[in-house]
Amino acid sequence: MSDKPRKFKGGVHPNDSKALSAHKAIEAAPLLESYKVIMHQNIGAPPELVVKKGDAVKKGSLLAKAGGFVSVPLHSPTSGVVKAIDKVPGPTGISVPCIEITADGEDEWESPFEPIADWKNTDPAELKQRVWDAGVVGMGGAGFPAHVKLSPPEGKTIDTLILNGAECEPYLTADHRLMLERADDVALGCAIIARILGLETGVIGVENNKPDAIAALRDAAVKHGVTVQALPVNYPQGAEKQLIYAITGREVPVGKLPMDVGCVVQNVASATAIVDAVVKGVPSIERVTTVTGKPLVDPGNWLFRIGTPISTALELAGGITEQPAKLLLGGPMMGIAQSSLNVTVMKNTSGVLLIAQDEVSQYTSEPCIRCGRCVECCPMSILPATISQAVENKRFDWAEKLNVMACIECGSCSYSCPSHRPLNQHFKRAKVEIQAGLRKKG
Amino acid sequence: MSEETPSIRLPDPTRLVVSNSPHMRDKPTIKRIMFTVVAAMAPACVAAVLFFGVAAVQTLLLCVLSCVFAEEGWNKLVKRSSTWKDGSAILSGILLGMNLNAGTPWWVCLLGGALAMILGKQLYGGLGYNPFNPVLVARVGLLIGFPGIMTTWDKPAMGVMAVDGVTAATPLGLAPGETFVKDMLLGNVGGCLGETSAIALLIGGAILLWFKLIKWEVPLAFIGTVFVITGVAHLVNPEAFHSPFVHILTGGLLLGAFFMATDMVTSPMTRKGCWIFGFGCGLITSLIRLWGAYPEGVSFAILFMNALTPLIDRGTTSKPFGFATPVKGEA
Amino acid sequence: MITAIIAVGILGAVLGVVIGFVAKAFAVEVDERIEQVEELLPGANCGGCGYAGCADFAKGVVAQRATPDQCPVCSSEDVVAIADYLGISAEEKEKMVALVRCSGDIPNTVRSLYNGVRDCRSAVLVAGGAKGCDYGCLGFGSCAEACPFGAIEMRDGLAIVHKELCVGCENCVAACPKDLILMVPAAATTHVYCNSPEKGAAKRAVCKTACIACRKCVKASGEEDHMEIDGFLIRSNYENPPAAELVEAAACPTTALRVDTEHAKGAYQGASK
Repeated sequence: MSDKPRKFKGGVHPNDSKALSAHKAIEAAPLLESYKVIMHQNIGAPPELVVKKGDAVKKGSLLAKAGGFVSVPLHSPTSGVVKAIDKVPGPTGISVPCIEITADGEDEWESPFEPIADWKNTDPAELKQRVWDAGVVGMGGAGFPAHVKLSPPEGKTIDTLILNGAECEPYLTADHRLMLERADDVALGCAIIARILGLETGVIGVENNKPDAIAALRDAAVKHGVTVQALPVNYPQGAEKQLIYAITGREVPVGKLPMDVGCVVQNVASATAIVDAVVKGVPSIERVTTVTGKPLVDPGNWLFRIGTPISTALELAGGITEQPAKLLLGGPMMGIAQSSLNVTVMKNTSGVLLIAQDEVSQYTSEPCIRCGRCVECCPMSILPATISQAVENKRFDWAEKLNVMACIECGSCSYSCPSHRPLNQHFKRAKVEIQAGLRKKG
Repeated sequence: MSEETPSIRLPDPTRLVVSNSPHMRDKPTIKRIMFTVVAAMAPACVAAVLFFGVAAVQTLLLCVLSCVFAEEGWNKLVKRSSTWKDGSAILSGILLGMNLNAGTPWWVCLLGGALAMILGKQLYGGLGYNPFNPVLVARVGLLIGFPGIMTTWDKPAMGVMAVDGVTAATPLGLAPGETFVKDMLLGNVGGCLGETSAIALLIGGAILLWFKLIKWEVPLAFIGTVFVITGVAHLVNPEAFHSPFVHILTGGLLLGAFFMATDMVTSPMTRKGCWIFGFGCGLITSLIRLWGAYPEGVSFAILFMNALTPLIDRGTTSKPFGFATPVKGEA
Repeated sequence: MITAIIAVGILGAVLGVVIGFVAKAFAVEVDERIEQVEELLPGANCGGCGYAGCADFAKGVVAQRATPDQCPVCSSEDVVAIADYLGISAEEKEKMVALVRCSGDIPNTVRSLYNGVRDCRSAVLVAGGAKGCDYGCLGFGSCAEACPFGAIEMRDGLAIVHKELCVGCENCVAACPKDLILMVPAAATTHVYCNSPEKGAAKRAVCKTACIACRKCVKASGEEDHMEIDGFLIRSNYENPPAAELVEAAACPTTALRVDTEHAKGAYQGASK
């Protein structure tokens, strides 16, 4: 792995604005009076509720059990009483069911499982079961259950484990701080995941705009027998397919998964969650989230328990100095705009970001002048300009022929478009319509 | 820190905009791109005014005004919102002016502007939808309509701010060996406003390349092809054909290669396509210049290749990431 | 000169013979019944029957793969006419029209500022369409665009069906990303213009004209069973639809219960104003 990382074609270089919060150490958020834990925090089947209104729970108690293989259990962030099974605005804007827990202030701990101290001599299957029981999901944003990625189907061999510490999204520094402050755990997590997969080692890929994190990780990596790969700064370096290409030179075919080319990619935050689950016996109930943005008084990185409302996060950051144009969950390139402060922190909330009025992008959809910027920067080498015109004319069949399904929705095209065309939204639409068409055909 | 103080101000959720990601944008806008190109034209404009005097100013102004008014008039007529502020009409006006002779009658300038904006652009749906370069549509329209006016050139009179210049032939119309490369580099030759000063045009081209507003493949392939073909012809028969340097430095080749062929709307979006496009332009230009009836072929060449642009784009689409066979790298 | 005339004449004659021969030899047999049936069809090519336009449907009907009443646009007289022509029996069919089950126009609802593609199916991918109510009409008019008969009007960010223009082709039903559009018998006049299964308080918080399930209309209809209760939502029972008088009798506090012609006519003067 000593060879230089390959540079993928395309990409953009947005102003990363990470300096706002990169120097702020992770702070544990104070205990709140109530938490609204969103039920469905993973891609796949929603978990099945095991508590009911009025039940007393402890910190770490099981709230819901996995509702299938592609599903993870959910645990209580603190001790208290289940006040209600209610609805809160979900991250996508649609109201979603949540479990409201009134904290008793004791924060009494109840371990759902025992720590596995000697993980090196534990059966990998048991470790994998632990990852599942702890409810670990992909904490980089997608929320894909971690144990599913660690279970390659028969006939697929995994030869490379990659930990994603690229954090290519502008503004976000949660992974950066995590890698710096918990470098040892990140490397340890890498070693544990490697053991689950039956591998000797793993690679931690970090964009080289985080030299301090790389240095810290390199020290820790030696101890745990894993390697660190510095990656060039180019958005979307942290996209799974681009990351695999940069490190192994393999291209994940369109419509296939990393495991089809023998790779498993896990986020660094997921790796530390796995360490917590295995070594400390703590389920996935908290995460590091960057609360940042120019309108904020005091941006920083906090360790939030799941179910913390965004309004609390913003209060911790000192509130705002001016009305922002947008509130986002996640980074500015792929994050989701919110219209409510009642959204709560989920396992995959990597950032809470406020975008100021003067830096916001407004889509005005002027005509395409065919400048080709989107074609230049598309990391998947498709023709965003042409596809967007096909979608505008509702010709989803053309869009499909032009490989819109390869789009990873990184947003580089919309970012670079001088006509401010909502290209990414067009592609999202096209993908939904094409998939609906496929389902109809059966 | 944990104490909630009433002074903490939180965002007003009713004023939060929701939209699809990404929520950041790169700086260039259509307006910015257009005005950068206008700025890149500035050296050539200055050179034109130096050589042709007040007549050049008049032609340029008339063309810009006619383009802007034609565009706005059309927008009013079809009830579209005003678009002249995006700068594309102003740019078209300047380019049209550069394609005309200094002494062009005022009504030809006005007609040219109307042709460019309405026939060349708005009839197709406005900016972004025109298949042909609007300026060249106007130029060729005028060339066919008024061949006399369009092919008589004023001889530049350095320092003399004379409206009535002395008529001169474009160097390409002269017998080989009559012109000097030095004069052509500076622009002390007959021709359209934008055909004369090679140095000014090269500075403009460098500005465009620096800001990445044009793809370098187009001018390189265009000029390279012309150089090679005319060079071979010159070597074979120096008596009948100009040297390749004369071909490159005259007759609007530089203007065409840097400012006209690279028009974003009407040239290919893919890199490979740009090579093909530039090569095609160069080939047709050379053929017309060496053996055609007109001394000049840049406009026709670019228009012809404009027509092929959609085809070129379709043929040169690269394979998406992940369509190539996976490289078996060592883990 | 003479040679030219003769040459062209001969050429013309030869080509004429060839064309005549080809036309006879390769003539395509067209069942004239298909053309006749097509004449009787509305010719709107709406695709509501599931065929690729009226000509294709006519072929299907003649080949007895389809029955005339599958055309949602044809009135029962038209269906009878086609059936009579083909000598098959026609079945009685009830005319259905589209109903957009939402009354939340811009003045009556909470909406976020949305910036993006002005199309319901695209907007729904962003924050569910940026409307306070997750179930209501987004108001970007995808259904109106899908309607080949111009029966849907977009007024104040709300789709309103003009019943007299609606032929029941169902194109709008598939266009709506919120599944708001229901096909109801044209004879039914009184509907609950709400489709949100949320609790009453949650609905009221985002929409002034939501059905809050107060059941006044249910009580007003008495034993007649005109209204159905579905959780926190009341619907008209289309097996036994309520009459227009019910609106007055029920005095719906949010005006979600409306007579369709009133809903489609001008601005509705409701209690919520």
